[in-house]
Amino acid sequence: MITTTGLTKVYSARGREVAALDGVDLHVREGEVFGVIGQSGAGKSSLIRCVNLLERPTSGTVTVAGQDLTALAGRGRRASRDLRAARTRIGMVFQHFNLLSSRTVQDNVELPLEILGASGADRSRKARELLDLVGLADKAAAYPGQLSGGQKQRVGIARALAGDPKVLLSDEATSALDPETTRSILRLLRDLNRELGLTVLLITHEMDVVKSVCDSAALMRKGKIIESGTVSELLATPGSELAHELFPVGGEPSGPDRTVLDVTFHGETATRPVISRLSRTYNVDISILGAAMDTVGGRQIGRMRIELPGRYEDNVVPIGFLREQGLQIDVVDRGTGAAGPPAAVLPGTRAAEAVAT
Amino acid sequence: MTWSEMQPLLTQGTLDTLYMVLWSTLVTVAGGLPLGVLLVLTDKGGLLQNTPVNKVVGTVVNIGRSLPFLILLIALIPFTTLVVGTFIGPTAMIVPLAIGAIPFFARLVETAVREVDAGLVEAVQSMGGSIPVIVRKVLLPQALPSLVSGVTTTVIVLIGYSAMAGAVGGEGLGSKAVTYGFQRFETEFMLVTVVILVALVSIVQLLGDGTVRLLVRRGRAAA
Repeated sequence: MITTTGLTKVYSARGREVAALDGVDLHVREGEVFGVIGQSGAGKSSLIRCVNLLERPTSGTVTVAGQDLTALAGRGRRASRDLRAARTRIGMVFQHFNLLSSRTVQDNVELPLEILGASGADRSRKARELLDLVGLADKAAAYPGQLSGGQKQRVGIARALAGDPKVLLSDEATSALDPETTRSILRLLRDLNRELGLTVLLITHEMDVVKSVCDSAALMRKGKIIESGTVSELLATPGSELAHELFPVGGEPSGPDRTVLDVTFHGETATRPVISRLSRTYNVDISILGAAMDTVGGRQIGRMRIELPGRYEDNVVPIGFLREQGLQIDVVDRGTGAAGPPAAVLPGTRAAEAVAT
Repeated sequence: MTWSEMQPLLTQGTLDTLYMVLWSTLVTVAGGLPLGVLLVLTDKGGLLQNTPVNKVVGTVVNIGRSLPFLILLIALIPFTTLVVGTFIGPTAMIVPLAIGAIPFFARLVETAVREVDAGLVEAVQSMGGSIPVIVRKVLLPQALPSLVSGVTTTVIVLIGYSAMAGAVGGEGLGSKAVTYGFQRFETEFMLVTVVILVALVSIVQLLGDGTVRLLVRRGRAAA
């Protein structure tokens, strides 16, 4: 639904050139919620603003719903008619809501419809429907100044949906909101995604946002996408930073001669009681040192750190059993005492044996 | 001078002043508003970034602002004659008054429009809004309280200019003050003229401030 290829954006300030985007290839599938996460300055804001060409990429292409927007843009600074028409089919919500304080809530939602040239009756009917959808039917006559942050963002969402877009861009939409309001806004986005089949691309610096609504995620750093994929794919990737952030597990071995394993559940395996079966079949005592499990899209996924008595050599058979079950096993500590403290080591750099099943 | 002698002179003078100020205000707004918006749009980073246009318009506005009004008034006599057919009388005065006030008002418009949150412009761009749409539906409505405040200031400046215009062939309270107050030393007449001018300015300021308050309250009502 949204594809960027080789997207770069270079800003030049006082003779120095800074690459905000450095060859970004992004692919967002139709109907999914895709989260781009990164620290401030990572380039995620430039990325989302390049998707609807609020910012012109220095090079690379952006395709939304099969339409190459970079080709529509034209040469000048001004947006061509075709680009403006394409933008009407892409909704956008902002961190600071960007509602017109001079207009009522209803008139704010009607604004995109005015741009589309809808008649007065159509505009007001559509705006009422949308305000109803976001749960603000009673605030139609209020001014944005009279609303709370969460209510303002709901108006922002209603406004973004006015042109019946297939794609919604969310530029840190929940970053100015408190945790509870954030949850309710994310729930709304999730519902809209399901009910309207809306494809959502959101950028955030909060891992919780990705965790609670995203089907797929990408990690950005210094203008580059470090890793990306569906949440299950990320979990299945050995040493994935995102998976580690989304499902952090910790826990020290309780003594020498213990084998510590990270067990990753993704997909079907998570519903089977593998740990208790392992314990019964091989008559081993299993300690759970830490776990981060979640239900994403109706399936349990996550990670668990378990400890088996004895060294790695003594546990080859049970580990083989777990791998046979389709689980991904990372051996964190072989029990030889030679490996460093496992929990403190960063993913990707840790001395773990990572073997995909 | 008795009150009955003064009264028709003052009434006529006030009406002429109001006539000049009203029409020159209309022309000033019609001319200054687009100029001010143009200054913002063509500025660096603006939606229509165009440095040559911006520099030329900015320079013309600055020249207009730096000329003392009395000089401008006299310098414009040929132009006024060309446009109105004469350079004497309240109608002729509308030309120099408006030309004197347009640069002033254009700068006020520029400041007001510049204060509009860039995020709002971006939001409307993301909806596919064109530049005329952005000007009409975002920049001007959002700047409205500041614009009204700018009009108020401009009207008051025009009342002052119109008094000067009265000294150089215009009509109105200024010309009456010169004739009766300066040339005949009618102290009472001068006093009443001053009172009328103070009252005029106060009424304009009150009306302007009231409108601004109303507009601001509408947008940012207490939560």
